Amino acid sequence: MIMALMASTRREADERSLPLALYVLVPVLALGIQSLASLHFPPFAMLDLPLIVVIYFAITRRSPVGATIGGALMGIAQDALTRQPLGVFGICKAVVGYVAGSLGVRIDTENHGMRLLLTFFFVLLHNGIDWVLVNHLLAEPMAWSWMREPIRAGVNALVGVVIFALLDLAKSRD
Amino acid sequence: MESFFSRYKNALVLIAVLVAQLLALAVQVKRPAPGTPDQEGVSLIRYVVVTVITPPERWLHNVGLWVSGVWSGYFDLVHVRREDAQLKAQIEQLRLEQASLAEDARQGQRLDQLLGLKQHYIYATVPAQVIGASGTEQSRTLYIDKGLKDGLAPDMPVLTADGIVGRLRDVFDHKSLVLLVSDPTSGVGVVLETTRTRGILKGGAFGQVEVINVSPDDRIKPGDRILTSGGDQIFPRGLPVGTVERVMPDPDRDPLVDVMVQPAANLSRLEEVLVITDVGEAPSRQAQKDLAESEAQGLEEKKRASDVLAERLPSRLDAKAPADTNPDPKVGETAGAATADEVRLMTPPKPLRPDQYSPETTPEATEMTPGQRRAEVKQGTEDIVAPAKKAVPVSASATGTTGGTGTGVEVKKAGGISGTAPAGGTGTRTTATSMTGTSGTPTLGSRPAGGSTATGGSTTGLTGSVPRPKPAAGTLEGGPANGTSSVSRPAASASASGSGANANGGAPKTKVIVDGPMPAARPAAASRDLNQDAAPANPPAKKKGPELVPDDGSRPPSVEKPVAPKPKPAAQPTGDAGTPPNRGR
Repeated sequence: MIMALMASTRREADERSLPLALYVLVPVLALGIQSLASLHFPPFAMLDLPLIVVIYFAITRRSPVGATIGGALMGIAQDALTRQPLGVFGICKAVVGYVAGSLGVRIDTENHGMRLLLTFFFVLLHNGIDWVLVNHLLAEPMAWSWMREPIRAGVNALVGVVIFALLDLAKSRD
Repeated sequence: MESFFSRYKNALVLIAVLVAQLLALAVQVKRPAPGTPDQEGVSLIRYVVVTVITPPERWLHNVGLWVSGVWSGYFDLVHVRREDAQLKAQIEQLRLEQASLAEDARQGQRLDQLLGLKQHYIYATVPAQVIGASGTEQSRTLYIDKGLKDGLAPDMPVLTADGIVGRLRDVFDHKSLVLLVSDPTSGVGVVLETTRTRGILKGGAFGQVEVINVSPDDRIKPGDRILTSGGDQIFPRGLPVGTVERVMPDPDRDPLVDVMVQPAANLSRLEEVLVITDVGEAPSRQAQKDLAESEAQGLEEKKRASDVLAERLPSRLDAKAPADTNPDPKVGETAGAATADEVRLMTPPKPLRPDQYSPETTPEATEMTPGQRRAEVKQGTEDIVAPAKKAVPVSASATGTTGGTGTGVEVKKAGGISGTAPAGGTGTRTTATSMTGTSGTPTLGSRPAGGSTATGGSTTGLTGSVPRPKPAAGTLEGGPANGTSSVSRPAASASASGSGANANGGAPKTKVIVDGPMPAARPAAASRDLNQDAAPANPPAKKKGPELVPDDGSRPPSVEKPVAPKPKPAAQPTGDAGTPPNRGR
């Protein structure tokens, strides 16, 4: 089972590239939609579109360094839209980007099931780091619910799989 | 060394990124107090991000508004007329309420001015559109499309028509970040409207709004309104915040409770907000103008309401009502037009025999002084003599001991007053009250109409008597020397007990205190011969005279009313001597 998840073919190991504009446009759109949609539809705040974008770029690029820096920048941008200090989401997304980029080298990330599991795990990781930083580093109140967080991670994973499929359409084989 | 970096490049980059951000966090957290403006570098980053992110947000927001406007302005017009009618009715209702509150507002302003209380009135507001949110659940913030260029500044209060929303945290050139009241880092000074309990409104971890650290109070009920207290120096006092949803104990501070609040403004559906940019300690000109208009409208509404009420009331008078209850002299002219909506005026009929209690005889309260009595009051004490067991008929009612001549007798049970008519004298009846004779022959005298003299000499033994009005009728005759004149009240009937010295000396005398209004003068028409008063055709209503109360607290001796006049031998001497003969009429 585990071996089945590993990248074993050359096609799977092929490095695919996205248009350069997409690396700028997609994060900006993710931040904008996240901000606007949660304004008119408050439950939308359960989603984390920037995190999904970070995961996608990380597992697609398979570059831990690029994913770390990209995740940090995306997180800082997300922090800038909130009232909390810059760096909270930056740290979280940098860690997630590093792990996702590291796993992307070894795992077949084209499989939707794998994407679902990875996204579920990364969302939990992201929220766990966020909770530790906010509660213990910033000493601000933040709720953590063992019932809510898995649900939230599952929803993000489901939405992430759909978004990944949409973004795959823009891929171009090198 | 080179291989180390190349081998652990990824991890080193990660560590470097994390350390850099941790340092940045440490620098940012080192702010003097939460809520203070960010440092310049942080603000620059925020500004860049917001500048990059908000244009597409605004573009998307405008697109959404256009679509919504097209739908609501051209297609969704089904209930417009009904809503228009409802809104008009609501406007009328609100105008009435506003007019009624205008006077209270004026009074409150005057009182504040008298007491030197500094009130914060809203001078200027800037409307703004909400174009975005933070996008996360742990940061309850909004972005609006107005900033420094529009006159906004940090810590300005933001509200809607329903209630407060939050305050400005970061202000950029054309955008601002609003910190909602539901954010955990916000704080608003509030007061409960009914209990006047003060507290701090804060946001919870799950986005709920609560007033924390409130002393337990049973009077706090769900639905109570919560207003801003003005204690935070940001929000003016009296702005609506929300209502009490429930009260729950504070898990961290045992005796205290947390009041969960339902915000008045719908924080999850905000589209337009108002930013208060200027406040003052006196009402603005516009507010004063609005207040004056409200008062004028209130007066107009009251006048209109009174006109409507007057039109609905019946306008014609009842022609069948008694003349004295219908002041309209022309009512008879419309007698033939009387219909079902006639009304009888609520005027009491005129009394047949007016007295001091009759309407229109009582002076206005403003013309009277405290303790003033309208009728003459007899005050003092007097001795009364126990009356005879049976009344003596008029013709032969001499009860004096010697030769008293008494004419007529009327002994009434109520208000009998004994008097002494000394023999041989002719006393004026004006002092006949409370005459206490020590000797003399009792003479029962009558008081014919037109006369009021008492034959029997001067009175003696007056104790504390006060002048009293002269009776309109009645002559007391035959008062023998040392006679005792017994006058009964209130019918001004005199009962002169002609007796000689100590004629009734044997009878027990009781000293009484007299205090009360004198009875009204007997009308001439009502006076008649005591002989004829035995069975009056229409006896006047028995009026209660001054109440005689013995010193010992017991009731005064009752006087039996004569059952029927019985002829008796004239001049039964009962007194010792000098009793004049009865001169009955």
